[in-house]
Amino acid sequence: MKTQSVKININGKIYEKDIKSNLLLIDFIREEIKLTGSHIGCDTNQCGACMVLCDGIALKACSVLTAQIDGSEITTIEGLSDSNNLHPMQESFKEHHGLQCGFCTPGMIISAISFIKDKPNPNEYEIRKHLEGNLCRCTGYENIVKSISAGAEKMRGI
Amino acid sequence: MYSFNYHTPTDLDEAIKIYENSDDPKYLAGGMTLIASMKQRLASPSDLIDLTKIDSLKSISNEEGQIKIGALATHNTISKNIEINEHIKGLKRLSTGIGDQAIRNFGTIGGSIANADPAADWPAAILSIKTTIITNKRQIAGEDFFTGMFETALEENEILTHIIFEIPTYFTYIKFPNPASRYAIAGIALSTYDKDVRIAITGASHSPFRASEIESALTENFDLNNVPLNTIAIEDMNNDIHASAEYRSHLVDVLVKKAVKDFLK
Repeated sequence: MKTQSVKININGKIYEKDIKSNLLLIDFIREEIKLTGSHIGCDTNQCGACMVLCDGIALKACSVLTAQIDGSEITTIEGLSDSNNLHPMQESFKEHHGLQCGFCTPGMIISAISFIKDKPNPNEYEIRKHLEGNLCRCTGYENIVKSISAGAEKMRGI
Repeated sequence: MYSFNYHTPTDLDEAIKIYENSDDPKYLAGGMTLIASMKQRLASPSDLIDLTKIDSLKSISNEEGQIKIGALATHNTISKNIEINEHIKGLKRLSTGIGDQAIRNFGTIGGSIANADPAADWPAAILSIKTTIITNKRQIAGEDFFTGMFETALEENEILTHIIFEIPTYFTYIKFPNPASRYAIAGIALSTYDKDVRIAITGASHSPFRASEIESALTENFDLNNVPLNTIAIEDMNNDIHASAEYRSHLVDVLVKKAVKDFLK
């Protein structure tokens, strides 16, 4: 049983595949499904560039096996919006320039969305504390924090 | 990562059977440590037995003065549990201080305890609070559970199923986290049962331990000025790139005082 059949919903589409049991979720998403918006940064569960939503909560896809999330619903950065309408959090990152090189951005946005679901009106300290699991090596945190704060307002419908 | 067989048993008997029929199996909980170790080839089990489909291991209940937490409850679930927040408030600070949000979403209390990392947070609570570790075979007193660095009283195929916390009068946990990993460079858990004070220290040594000298001084007279200093031998302290043994010894004194202040607030 070194292969495994899994059924995973990614961005609303169901994928049924036979995979190797040691296939990481991030490799499944990038290499098998060819969705390359979720990035591999540190590959050691620290930087958060690979973050996706798993049944609505944040997960670092570099550190789980695809087999572990059999039956789950995954949302990647590509699943947040259609090509015309950005998710309010994406819009805020655009408006407040919450990125420099952009490598960490998909993870930052996913992380922010899961956070705002839990805490719709966070203060700056809470946002900074929450971001401990997402690293920006350009160190552009000022605008990231501003973007998340504004994104939270948009998500509350203000 | 080397290849392995992957299993998803739905009850304990099935899990144990798979374990017994495998060459070099390992049980998998949230995987926040094990998968990382396997990626680095520090662990290479022949068979991975994922326990997360066994729903009975996820429950949290309050039974007559005791909080019973399933081994597969995640740190985040625990931090949001109403019973726990009402009866052992200090566990919220402990559970929300572990790693980061994504790790807390998947990492479990049972995984943390069974892994017995010398710098993990839960072991301090297990020793400080009066606890009982329940397995598929037996009950183990919390204070007998940790036997060394990454070593516990668990036998080969034994599965940790629940942890029972006897509700203390007061509990607090305070740590000096490593800024990158959030593991404790030193962490102090302080519980009281009426006048009886129980203090456990994690991160400072090769395995968590009770600080008996500090406990008796505070049980006799719970006062900030009555915290005895330098009670833990420097030779017993970890000495690594994160902190010297002397620094950790000093941290223990500082953190115990902070915990005492927390109580007196």
